[in-house]
Amino acid sequence: MHQFSQQIFSGLAAGAIYASLALALVMIYRATELVNFAQGEMAMFSTYIAWSLVNGGVPFWAAFVITLVVSFLGGMAIERVLVRPVENAPVLAAVVVTIGLALIFNSLAGWIYSYTVQDFQSPFPDRPVLGALITTRDLGVIGVTLVMLFLLFAFFRFTATGLAMRAAAQNPESARLCGIPVGRMLAIGWGLAATIGATAGIMVAPVLFLDPNMMGGVLVYAFAGALLGGITSPLGAVIGGLIVGVTENLVGTYLIASQLKLTVAFALIILVLVFKPNGLFGTAIVRRV
Amino acid sequence: MAPILQLRALKAFYGQSEVVHGLDVDVEEGGMTVLLGANGAGKTTTLRAICGTVRSEGEILFAGERLDRRTTEQIAALGVAHVPEGRGTFIGLTVEENLRLGAYTRAGRPDANMQRMYGYFPILAARHRQQAGSLSGGEQQMLAIARALMMAPRLLVLDEPSFGLAPRIVEDIFTIVERIRQEEHVSVLLVEQNASLALELADHAYLIETGYVVASGSAKALADDPQIRRSYLGY
Repeated sequence: MHQFSQQIFSGLAAGAIYASLALALVMIYRATELVNFAQGEMAMFSTYIAWSLVNGGVPFWAAFVITLVVSFLGGMAIERVLVRPVENAPVLAAVVVTIGLALIFNSLAGWIYSYTVQDFQSPFPDRPVLGALITTRDLGVIGVTLVMLFLLFAFFRFTATGLAMRAAAQNPESARLCGIPVGRMLAIGWGLAATIGATAGIMVAPVLFLDPNMMGGVLVYAFAGALLGGITSPLGAVIGGLIVGVTENLVGTYLIASQLKLTVAFALIILVLVFKPNGLFGTAIVRRV
Repeated sequence: MAPILQLRALKAFYGQSEVVHGLDVDVEEGGMTVLLGANGAGKTTTLRAICGTVRSEGEILFAGERLDRRTTEQIAALGVAHVPEGRGTFIGLTVEENLRLGAYTRAGRPDANMQRMYGYFPILAARHRQQAGSLSGGEQQMLAIARALMMAPRLLVLDEPSFGLAPRIVEDIFTIVERIRQEEHVSVLLVEQNASLALELADHAYLIETGYVVASGSAKALADDPQIRRSYLGY
């Protein structure tokens, strides 16, 4: 029983990472109906930026904040330069752009930082607490994720820009008629998604170790989480990500070899798509002509 | 009074095809001007050209400023509020959030303006926390008009506010629009299928057929024209 509870808690810590990345995917999907296959590699690259800052002697939390700011600006720049030109192109063209972007970031990281696996120190000590149910590091990861989710929620709920972003995602033409610069809102959305991804990358790097391919698996889990929650629902993405984290951990512990864990994510993706395509909280997208 | 909006040789396009073939239309400041015509005449396209949501050629002058070649959001910020066909409310957001969005281009807190809108449309005050999608058609139309007015516009562009609504509700809405025009000192450009109601309220009218203006003048003159009476008023 104790082991079972332990697995649930460490599953929640992993799930918090998946939830963050799933949320980044959902934000971009809602705004542009585009699945950003580069989300994981963008997060990986952000993590390398944090790593080089820390190695250069910047204190961890300062490096964390600088990385978030750089990622935000980088995300905006990507939207402006690479995504905007294919805005009205067929969706496949846009998907290919994001896949290309993923490859570029992967190669760029390998070229700059090499493919050697690096150690990334966690800011949280790794001590078991609460009767050895959970480690302080996992608690830290969950805590940082919760703070970020809360800030995002407050931003979308209580600020004029957050409201304008929701409006622009829901009905771009009406938003323009209200005087909302929809293009700028999309760019901010990409910036925020990149920032969320950066947080996830920095939190997961101490566990997975840092290398250019570290986010590949995480992105698959995040997809599973986003689909399970319903690709149109931010809350669904968070809950879906947590469920995936816990499920993956339990199945890997009790049912199958942990090397096969990634299969769980793929199985989940297929099950959701076949039996509940809108996920737990999603709504069907009706195309208006 | 001088016109607040002037269309000069306006052509408008859907994709490659020209739908509006060179309109000249004036909207008097403080007045209500109506564009009449059958389905497919090019009325909605004309409105969309004014707001920059379709491609156009020719001149669109608003209070001395060229609107053509400006973006839709710049046009809105200049004081043109467009209530589009199908209302364009944000159905997933609450009534109050919709109104706040209307005030996006305005500095400062929108609360006082919002209270004034609730004065015109008390039903919106009662439903301010409800999702806009849960409102009835008439309430959504009221919300769309209130949202447009939150911009404190100089020109209110209404595209068939009567569409799909019961006659009694249509009369309510037009009564309020007329009151708003006087109290808010806003000029109105209206597209309407319900010709008899529109001619009753408007000062000036243009009759549009297949992308051309075929008749124009004071609303009264058009309402008295025997041919227009036969074709559009049915008596």
